[in-house]
Parts: sequence; structure tokens; C-alpha cells
Amino acid sequence: MTILVVAEHENGAVAPATLNTVAAAAKIGGDIHVLVAGQNVGGVAESAAKIAGVAKVLVADNAAYAHALPENVAPLVVELAKGYSHVLAPATTNGKNILPRVAALLDVDQISEIISVESADTFKRPIYAGNAIATVQSSAAVKVITVRTTGFDAVAAEGGSAAVETVAAAHDAGKSAFVGEELAKSDRPELTAAKIVVSGGRGMGNGDNFKHLYALADKLGAAVGASRAAVDAGFVPNDMQVGQTGKIVAPQLYIAVGISGAIQHLAGMKDSKVIVAINKDEEAPIFQVADYGLVADLFEAVPELEKLV
Amino acid sequence: MKVLVAVKRVVDYNVKVRVKADNSGVDLANVKMSMNPFCEIAVEEAVRLKEKGVASEIVVVSIGPTATQEQLRTALALGADRAILVEAADELNSLAVAKALKAVVDKEQPQLVILGKQAIDSDNNQTGQMLAALTGFAQGTFASKVEVAGDKVNVTREIDGGLQTVALSLPAIVTTDLRLNEPRYASLPNIMKAKKKPLETITPDALGVSIASTNKTLKVEAPAARSAGIKVKSVAELVEKLKNEAKVI
Repeated sequence: MTILVVAEHENGAVAPATLNTVAAAAKIGGDIHVLVAGQNVGGVAESAAKIAGVAKVLVADNAAYAHALPENVAPLVVELAKGYSHVLAPATTNGKNILPRVAALLDVDQISEIISVESADTFKRPIYAGNAIATVQSSAAVKVITVRTTGFDAVAAEGGSAAVETVAAAHDAGKSAFVGEELAKSDRPELTAAKIVVSGGRGMGNGDNFKHLYALADKLGAAVGASRAAVDAGFVPNDMQVGQTGKIVAPQLYIAVGISGAIQHLAGMKDSKVIVAINKDEEAPIFQVADYGLVADLFEAVPELEKLV
Repeated sequence: MKVLVAVKRVVDYNVKVRVKADNSGVDLANVKMSMNPFCEIAVEEAVRLKEKGVASEIVVVSIGPTATQEQLRTALALGADRAILVEAADELNSLAVAKALKAVVDKEQPQLVILGKQAIDSDNNQTGQMLAALTGFAQGTFASKVEVAGDKVNVTREIDGGLQTVALSLPAIVTTDLRLNEPRYASLPNIMKAKKKPLETITPDALGVSIASTNKTLKVEAPAARSAGIKVKSVAELVEKLKNEAKVI
């Protein structure tokens, strides 16, 4: 068995999600090859070669692969996939965008967002917003899988010494073009990789009040998240949303402030190790999953918490 | 131009589902069913394109049991012109649905196909991308803005770090994210009028589509329950517990 992992990378570096995906591949067993597709990705390939457990790195460096347009990247993965038993990608927006296109071109069903590996062909994944866990078996010749990164501990980014091989294949479908992007700037840790996450909901009242959470987060070295209600109300940008349709997080500590705890929000954070809820409504559903609940006005509790930690 | 919208009948998003005792699946008997929320956004976007004069006809399609007619009627009441039901008793996997949709696309020749980004039951997030692969069309997934300009469509997508805009050649596939629009409600007169709009029923066999799947669900279990937590009385007690008991700060 040989497994192909489609690497996620940004700003010339391997993204942490790739390390979790390699960990899932290691659980399946077999040789692990990593594909780095993009433009000017020599540096990414070098860092991918150092990932523990990786046997080979394939580099496809071509202008057509810049910005990970699925119309161009999917045919590349399909061309390479034929020699592999599994093709894995992290369940990031890129992975979710590209891999189903790969699966359909290979005429196989995909398994999305696995949280555990039972055997080389059997996997567990959450359905119904995490309210049920399905065990799914694949009979496909090439198993196409996206990996929920919070389900697997990252492998070491250093210690490996994989061979780097260049892939000449150039696919340019000519059907799509990158126009531009608007990336949110943040000095805080990335939401999906942070050890501590502080999240605010509708109870924050307005976007300005998030400053209390930022102050607390900076003291804790935490990332700041939000519920859909806070995003829809325009308090914060949507890339901060935690939940079924936003980001899935599983930090050591999740502090939910002014969040009621709807099913869709819980789907994104209930695998956190310790959950703290601060809410003035003692009937809020969030208290049913919280390890520590504090019924209090957040505008008093959060500044006090910031002082005490 | 003609716009095709795919909708799915799913358990209502407010229902907390229960896993069946024999672990064969979740219990959907007597549970409220609705149109998948992302599909509502897809229908709304198509209707808005028609109101702007961009779309000339909206065809809504669904694959599912006979009862799926309810969701198609809802889409008709929201402004779709006609509906197609591909009647299939079994719950189909995304690839089979994408193949059925491909057959409908071949027949209808739409310029734009709009789907939701994911269904809230299977949480797969695959069908739109698979349909794009099978048709060879470009894809604009997780769309928060859609602008048709000549023979192209500009799609602003919600990505992990923020927003990305891509230009796609038509025909193209778009999948909707939550922030694309706020779906309208169907008015009573429109619900009455929708009953008279055409709804065609066909079978996967008639479309020449195989519904075989390479995936098999072995069992469905309830997730591990979290052990009951405690309520603390003060911020000081909370900090003390986090430091000494949970040891997370």
C-alpha cells in the first residue's frame, strides 16, 4: 500500500493541517508520499521532505497550480492517483474543494472528514452535525478521503528525510482564473491549531465588545472564534466561525462567552478537552456540554478573568 | 440563461436526531423534514438572478423518495418555474446523486447550476464538486457572492483565511455558503400557485444512471457523551479549577 497525501500549504510553508493528515496516513499504514502542487513551491517541498514518516515528496511546480484551482489540480491528482491505494487531503476548504472532484473523476465515492482509522478500508466519520458517528467501509480501488485534522495528533514536522521528485505533468483546464483574495490579518494563533480558543456569540452585543475577548485571548495565547450569530450580526468576519459550517476545533481549552450552544455550534467544538461556558442564562444548552459553567454577566466576568489568569 | 438548482430533503436542522438501537442508522420516522438550509440559499440566489433579468428560467431538481415533492413545491413557491423529481427510494451517495444530476444537466443544458455546499444530514460536501467533475464545468464552491458578467461568472468564495474571488467560464457549478443571501419565505398565494407549476417525475433507470456505491455504512453510533460538568460560583473559583484541577492554563 502506498498513500498519497495532498499537502496544504500557505505563504511558502507546509500548513499544520498537512501534519495531521500524514498522521492519519500513518494509521492506515504503508509508504506515505506527499504531493506539493503550486507555483514556486520549492521551499514547501523541502519542508515537506522533513516531515516524520514521509517516504517521498512529489513536486508539481506550475503557474496553473497557483491558488489551488480545482479545475487544474484535480486532473493532476487523478493522473498520479492510479499508482496509490489511498489519496488523502485535510478537510480544509482547499481539500474539500479539490478531493470530491478527484473522486468523481476516478469514479469512486469519497469518504469525508474521517475522525479515526479502523482499518485500511474502514473509517469513522461524524454525520448529522456530529450527533451520530458512522463507520464506513470503502471497496474503491483508490480510496479518496478527507481528514478532519482535529481527529489526529500532528506528526513531527522535523526528523524525516524524504526524497524529492519533480512531477512534470501540467494540467490547465483554462476554465477558471484567480481574481483576488482578501485574507483576514491576525497575530493570534490560527483557530484550528490553537491550544486555547476563546469564542464569543450574540451575547457580545457588538463587534467593539470583542476587544474584551481579544484581551483575554492575548493573555492566554489563545485564538478567538465566534458563533454563527456573532458572524451574521457582523461583529466579526466569517472565517472566525466555529461550527458545523465553519471551522472544527478541538483545543485543550474552549471558553464560550455569550454563546447559547446550538447544535450547529456544538458540532464545531464539542471535542475540546475542557469546555468553559460563561453565560447569564443558566438554562442555555451550552452548560450541558461545559465542564465548568459560570452563570454571570460576561461584561463583568471576562475582564475579571483576564486580570486573574 | 437557464439556471438549474438542486435541492435535498433532509431532517429539519432544529431536530436533535437519535441513533437507532440496532445501530443501522438514525431514526427518521415521524421526524420533521425540510429543505436543506444551504439549498434554500441556492434557490434564493437563482430567484434573485431571475429578478435581475440574468436568469430566464429556473428548474429545480431533487433526487429522493416520493415525499420529496414537498420540498420541490416549496422551491416552486419561492420562485422556481418547474421541477424535476428523480425518484429513488434508497438514500443515495453523493456520486450517484452527481451522476443523476449530470444526466439532468445533459438534458436541460443550463448555463449555471447552483447547489448547497453541504447537506446537514450526511455532511459530505461533495455533490457540487463531483457534478463539476462529471460535466467538466468549472466550480465555485462555498460562494458568498455570485456575479454573472457576459460568458463568465465571478464567484467570491469563503476560504479558511478569508475570501477568494475566482472567474469561471460558463456553464459553471456554484455551491452556496451561508452568507450568500438570506432566503425569503414563501407567501400563501405563491404556495397556492406553486401547486399548478409543472413537476416531472423520472427514475434513475430512465436517466441511465447506476446508483451503485463504493461506500458501505457498517454501523451508526451515538457519539461519546461528555461527563457532566460543574457550575462554579465565581471567576476566582473558575481560574483556580482551570489551573489546579483541569491544568489547562
